[in-house]
Parts: sequence; C-alpha cells; structure tokens
Amino acid sequence: MPAERRLLQGNEAVAEGAIAAGARFFAGYPITPSTEIAETLSRRLPEVGGTFIQMEDEIASIAAAVGASLAGVKSLTATSGPGFSLMQEMIGYAAMTQVPCVIVDVMRGGPSTGLPTEPSQGDVMQARWGTHGEHSVIVLVPSSVEECFTLTVDAFNLSEQYRTPVIVLSDAMVGHMREAVALPLPEELRVAERSEPDVDPDEYDTVMSTLDNILQRPDLGSRFRVHVTGLVYNRRSGVPETGSPDVAQDLGRYLREKIYHHRDAIVRVEEFMMEGAEVAVFAYGSVARAARAAVRWARAQGVPVGLVRPITLWPLPTAAVDHMAEQVRTVIVPEMNIRQIAWEVQAAVAGRARVVDYGRVDGALITPEQIKDLVKKEFYYHRFS
Amino acid sequence: MTRHATAEIREHLRSAKTLWCPGCTNGIVTRAMIDAYLSLDLDPEKVTVVAGIGCAGRITAYLDYSTVHTAHGRALAVATGAKLADPELVVSVVMGDGDCAAIGGNHLIHAARRNVDLTAIVFNNDIYGMTGGQAGPTTHEGDVSKTSPFGHPEPAFDICELARAAGATFVARGTPYAYLKLVQLLAGGIVHKGFSLVEVMSACPTYYGRFNQTPVPAEMLKLQQKQAVPVEKYKAGAPMTEEQFPVGVLHHVERTEYLEAYEGVRRRATGIKV
Repeated sequence: MPAERRLLQGNEAVAEGAIAAGARFFAGYPITPSTEIAETLSRRLPEVGGTFIQMEDEIASIAAAVGASLAGVKSLTATSGPGFSLMQEMIGYAAMTQVPCVIVDVMRGGPSTGLPTEPSQGDVMQARWGTHGEHSVIVLVPSSVEECFTLTVDAFNLSEQYRTPVIVLSDAMVGHMREAVALPLPEELRVAERSEPDVDPDEYDTVMSTLDNILQRPDLGSRFRVHVTGLVYNRRSGVPETGSPDVAQDLGRYLREKIYHHRDAIVRVEEFMMEGAEVAVFAYGSVARAARAAVRWARAQGVPVGLVRPITLWPLPTAAVDHMAEQVRTVIVPEMNIRQIAWEVQAAVAGRARVVDYGRVDGALITPEQIKDLVKKEFYYHRFS
Repeated sequence: MTRHATAEIREHLRSAKTLWCPGCTNGIVTRAMIDAYLSLDLDPEKVTVVAGIGCAGRITAYLDYSTVHTAHGRALAVATGAKLADPELVVSVVMGDGDCAAIGGNHLIHAARRNVDLTAIVFNNDIYGMTGGQAGPTTHEGDVSKTSPFGHPEPAFDICELARAAGATFVARGTPYAYLKLVQLLAGGIVHKGFSLVEVMSACPTYYGRFNQTPVPAEMLKLQQKQAVPVEKYKAGAPMTEEQFPVGVLHHVERTEYLEAYEGVRRRATGIKV
C-alpha cells in the first residue's frame, strides 16, 4: 500500500518524524516560529502513550529532555533563536555526558528578539560552537517539508548511534511552509533501538567505548547504578577526575573524534546538475530551494551551473567541497546570514576556486532571481535570453 | 526511624572519601539520606539522586545509586524529565541553597506548582561554599561574606515558605544536629506522593561560621539546637528571635500528583472513557 499523501507544515512534519522515530517525550516552551511543533506533540504524544510537558523556560525544556533520555525514553525539544541561546549550556551538558537527544531550532531573524516571524540562517555557527568547551555535534538542515520528517528520524538515529545531541536546523520558511508529502510507512523506516549493554554490572566500569564501538549507557533505575556527571570524568570508570590532564585530554579528544572519525558515515550532501558545472551554488536549507530553481534556469540558458546542498551542515561535507573546488572556477554561497558558512567554504576551498558570498539578514527570502543575477555575472560573456 | 550500622551504610557509598571540608555537615545529611532509604526499604536500583552544582551536588559521586550531577540550578528540571519518563524511579533532588533558590529558583517554583512526585533536599548553609564563600539568596542581612565584606544589604529567602507558596504539598525543615528527626523528615518527604521539599539547615564552618558565628564545627551544631524551634511550639505562637526557625513538617496537604493528572490527559487523548 502506498503511503498516504498529506498536506503538512514543516513543523508538523518534524513532530510526526519524532513520533515515527520512537520519541515519546517532548519538553518545550512556546516561541515563534517553532510553536507548532509543541502544539502538535501536545496532541500526538499522549495518543501514543508518550509525555508532553510545557516547561517554565527553554533551559528547563532541554534539561527535562536530557532527564527523560537518561531514564530511557527518546526525547526532544524545539525552539527558535532566543530559546536556542538559552539551551546552549545544557546542549554542552548533553555532549559531555553523551546523552542522546534531539534539539530542533527553527531559525528566525536575530540577534535578540530580532525578527520573530521571519526566516534566517543566523544560528548555523551557534549550532556548532554555541556551548563552551570542545565538543562534537551533528547538525542537519532540512529544505523541504518531507525532509523535516525524514531528517528528524535521522536525527534520532544518529543521536542514539553516536550518543550525542543532534540539532535539526530548520527555519521560519521551511517550518511554516505547507507541502503535500508522502510520509514513509513505519516498516520503511530504520529506527535505532536502545539496548542495555551486554555486560555484568560489576564489569561495566571495565568496558569502554572505542571510536568504532560506541556503547550505550544503561538507563537510570537499572541494575548498573550509573553516575552521570558534567565534570571531566574518566572514560573507563565514569568517575569525575578533574586533576589529571591525561584523563581530560582523553575525554576531550574522544568527544570530538567520535563524530569526526565517522564523518563519511554521517555526512549527507546532495549534488544537483553538477556534471560539467563550471560554477557551483553551495546552498542549504530554504535557500537551496531558490538555488535549485536558479540552477535549472541556468542550465536551460545553456550555462553549466550546479548545486551542492549540504544536508549535514556539521560536520561540514568537506569531501564534497574538495570535489567541488577541484571542478569549478567559482562557488556562490547565498545564505540568510553574513558569510557564516561562506567563510567555512572559503577555508575548505583553499584558493582552488573563487568564493562569492551573498548574505542577507533582513528577514526576506533569497529569491531565484537574486541567485540568477550572481550567475549572470560569472557568465558575463554569455547572451542570456 | 533507626540509625543503621555503619557497615550497612557503607554498602550504599561508592566512596567514603569526600571533598567536603572538615566540620562540614554534608556528610551527616548524606548518611541521613541512606538511613531514610534503608528505613523505607526502597529498592536501591530504583533510587535516583539528581543534583545540581556546588558542594551539595558532589553527593552524586559518593552515593551508590543511579546518580546525575547536572548543571548549576537545573537539577529539578532534569529530575522532572527523568521521573515523567520512568515513574518507577524514586527521585531525590539534592541542591544547595544557591543552586535551588537563586539560579534554580524558577525551576523550584514551577516544580512545586506542578506537584511532580520528586523530593527536593536542600542543603542550606547560608553561603556559596564551592566558590569560596560568597553571599547568596539565603545569606542573612548584615552577614559578612566574600562578596558582602561590609555586611549583606539583602534579606534572605525562606526556602520553605517559598516552596509552600508555590504549591509544594510537603514541606519540612530539619537540622543535622537532630539526626534521627532529620531521617524521619527525609523519609516523610520521600514517601509523600507529590512535590516535597526538605530543607536541611547545614553548617559551613569554613566559609560561613568563621565570619559570622563561630569557626568551631561542634559549636555550630550546638547553635542549631538553640535556633531550631519545633513547629508545634512555633504554631502555638512561641516567641522567636531573629536567628530562630521552625523545624519539623511545616506543611502537608494532598493534591493530585502530576503523573496522575497526565494519565487523565492520555485517556482523553485516546478517547478512552473512564
């Protein structure tokens, strides 16, 4: 039986994706433009035996999500800019304690209260570096309603597999847009299950995760009687140990490398019409929609332009950037911020191609026409119709 | 309530070595918590202790139950998530006074309002000890601390009154001096179904006593005996000095616990008639 086609909003698709991924706990605080995720889950979670709770602020929201995950239930929270800023300390806590959880940030204009109802991509660096200290994180960027669903499922799976917070970085456009989508049937989805480690509780302290074998943590209330701490801890015993540079170095490197070691397995990137492209547009999230239209137009006009769309923004798909840098003479990076990812692309391209940035922070969408104008400049010698 | 043998207490400690200063009463409260769990014959696998940051929070490394050392001020929010996710957990939330009433104050009042079945255990030593003795929300007017060298200009919070006003359904206060009474109050908070708060008036000779009362730990404990007024006497209108406070079960009412209320939400969501 084919999946039912439904007219869904991006935020609703995130909520449905969370349910499909097995999430049974949501804690959140109302904030535009993410609120529909909370509203949808306040209805859906109790239907499936899960729990929705509206907390007193965003700090409490992510703290409760972390607590629920520690007790064995897949959990998420959703917010926008100001709330995302408030969550940073506990995102760091989740990274440090290796607690799987999903944070959805539906980006709006900032800083501060900014443009509450307008889209932005201003949080792309905060998603990577917002919390203090060295840590790893996985960030996924949906550019359609369907991806709001599928990437939320992926976010939970990655979160469980790598025992790390995963951030879904949506924006006011993708979150509020409605599209007809055929949601995958439950049997078509791969959903990671949590299991208790297969070791004797007395020996638990002697088994240690390696980069290739990231062990799941036993839940609170299990026979393992775990200790969870945000202090630097010995990775073997789990006991806080703040006096040993070796222990701190081991943990710090591990928290970073457990993601970067698996970069090839984690990273997803879409290449569109890149065959023979002399100019590439590097765009993500809602901006990639305008970029795709501009690329189609360019090809119809007879100029070789392609699109490279990171689906995983962090870790950055450096292999795809490398490939692109070797192939094209110019990379156009349109984004709803000022040079945040363009700088990263420029660093990765390392002089092999020219990088042209186009940023705006006025809350307006980047249109296909604006990208077309940038393309025209690269092919100034071509007669466009 | 009985005092269990030290050997039996030790079985529930990961380590008998702590980083607490000589004369600190946190060790007494730690033992009182274990005595309370043993007295109630709780399954040690289900006992979960969630704590914030500060001297009190370090208890999580010593107690041999499921323990979570969270971020400063956030213990109640983490504990709320854990309890809702697994209602079988018996959750104690250990906080210092600054952790609970300053940085975590918003979480305190909302946890009390929701009436989630958690037991908040507040180690109130009148001072920020871990950072070296700065004034906090429970430091008294006129007290000398590292950040109030000329006398503290602010009044102190009464954490029990705050919790009661916010909707806590069991509120008690005890002292390490009256040990068995403290065990009894902790046990009362743990068995109570709903949000309970037990404030333990702790002694910090190192950073509070030295500058305000006495640097001698035993003298600080004896002072607690003088300061503590049984709640029955307090309610009967016994005259009290500024330094005195009521101890015992200060407030105890029954109100629908959050998880019970949420079961109603689940039934209505699925259309199952009761």
